[in-house]
Amino acid sequence: MRLRENWIGFQTIVLKELSRIIRIWMQTLLPPVITMTLYFIIFGNLIGRRIGLMDGFDYMQYIAPGLIMMSVITNSYGNVVSSFFGAKFGKYLEEMLVSPLPNWLIIVGHMAGGMARGLMVGIAVTIIALFFTDLHMYSLPVTLSVALLTSAVFSLAGMINAIFAKKFDDIAIVPTFILTPLTYLGGVFYSINMLPEFWQGVSRANPILYMVNAFRHGILGVSDIGLGTAYAIILVFLVVLFTTALMLMRKGVGIRE
Amino acid sequence: MKALSLAGLEKVYSNGVRALDGIDLEVDEGDFFALLGPNGAGKTTAIGIITSLVNKTAGRVEIFGHDIDRQLEIAKSMIGVVPQEINFNQFEKVFNIVVNQAGYYGIPRAEACRRAEKYLRQLELWEKRDQISRSLSGGMKRRLMIARALVHEPRLLILDEPTAGVDIEIRRSMWDFVRGINEAGTTIILTTHYLEEAENLCRNIAIIDQGKIIEHNRMDRLLRKLHKEFVLLNLQSPLASAPKLEGYLCKLVDEETLEVEITDQRGISGLFEQLSGLGIRVQSMRNKSNRLEELFMGLVENRAGRQLAAAGGKP
Repeated sequence: MRLRENWIGFQTIVLKELSRIIRIWMQTLLPPVITMTLYFIIFGNLIGRRIGLMDGFDYMQYIAPGLIMMSVITNSYGNVVSSFFGAKFGKYLEEMLVSPLPNWLIIVGHMAGGMARGLMVGIAVTIIALFFTDLHMYSLPVTLSVALLTSAVFSLAGMINAIFAKKFDDIAIVPTFILTPLTYLGGVFYSINMLPEFWQGVSRANPILYMVNAFRHGILGVSDIGLGTAYAIILVFLVVLFTTALMLMRKGVGIRE
Repeated sequence: MKALSLAGLEKVYSNGVRALDGIDLEVDEGDFFALLGPNGAGKTTAIGIITSLVNKTAGRVEIFGHDIDRQLEIAKSMIGVVPQEINFNQFEKVFNIVVNQAGYYGIPRAEACRRAEKYLRQLELWEKRDQISRSLSGGMKRRLMIARALVHEPRLLILDEPTAGVDIEIRRSMWDFVRGINEAGTTIILTTHYLEEAENLCRNIAIIDQGKIIEHNRMDRLLRKLHKEFVLLNLQSPLASAPKLEGYLCKLVDEETLEVEITDQRGISGLFEQLSGLGIRVQSMRNKSNRLEELFMGLVENRAGRQLAAAGGKP
């Protein structure tokens, strides 16, 4: 297809995804907002007051970037995994597969949909955070670029999960048993400098640690990880996941017989 | 120009089932073509490969001269498909389903909306455009899939059992519609279990069984191969036993219905002369079964019989 036709195809997928997010807002936008409000009240306000300063910031300020990033990650992932698997399960993915949309465009379109939801929820959680604490923007470019790249990474991860999934249980396993533990252990609630050296090393194997810390650097200017390392890790994941998704789509794994 | 060209097409599924066993098939541009076969014969697999929903094991597929291995996107842009199973988002509005499909083919939104209106009106769905598709009746869902398949105005339209489960009135209106589409120049490939439908609509036919094409002919030539027909005569007065007619085999189905075998050589005039001579008056007459159905069953049963015989059983 020519560039213009590809652009129209991309717009169509993104608009379809946005309309889905808005149509089912009580499933897509409301739950993370409620969950994060509870985190701020319980961890930030009630428990955080007894914890004192962390890296020079009060606890509420310290965990706010991590909680925003946690919602970006889970919602980007959740959007693509449920939308793409739903289309596969309901067979209406065939609408795209029989069309001249190239495989890479189907991936990029869904990735953009996942990023849109991740960022919408991220903005909503940021607004809630501002009711509880002051957030000073240390670097807007870092904050935005890390949020965009991280949401892209987890949108692609969600897509790969959906490609392999055969039943609805399969799309819940990864978020429950992998994504949530990695997020909780990814420096959302604490600095890894508080851990013994061995566990600091183990924590460095967790990619979410780099994303959370890079985002925290963007907002607060503090991080357990070097910014360059964090960007490198995020970009490597982005390239590897995109290539994997493209290869799976080309082979037709899980979507073509 | 060939709208579709298949050469040596093979499909072996991962469970070892050989669904297509080296199919060669050509469909001319502008044709209304029937692809028939019993359940599991390989029709839907062949359509799946043509529309790139199924990966082929071997062979070549060309759509209007474009090889799907080398020019897949161009080939896909020329095909519209109405699948056997409902495959649209049942929670999406009717209008959006058609407009989104146009978007996937790169059609700008304003034009997509214009075409969606055109085809939804033609298929009598315009009043339902804002309804969630799940709320449509079975026949409406089928028509929605036809509107969706046409929105990018394909040169080749594939209809995989489009009238399955649809009542006769809607079925006939769908026949008229697709006949009009074909007359306007779109090549149509139809698979159906209603053989009457294929006989009425299609000019050429291929019959597929166990992954092989067992017949590929013009519809009229194929029907001429049928050397005998069975008709049912409704009699004005009851009979106690079947009459003896020279050159015609007949039997009583019930006391007022006579089944007669008519061969090519004898024709039908002699039958009525003899019945009239015996004082038997006929109220009405109908075919026992559809002509194509007779042929189809004959071809498929012959093949099954030959295989059974080859395996040592009785045909």
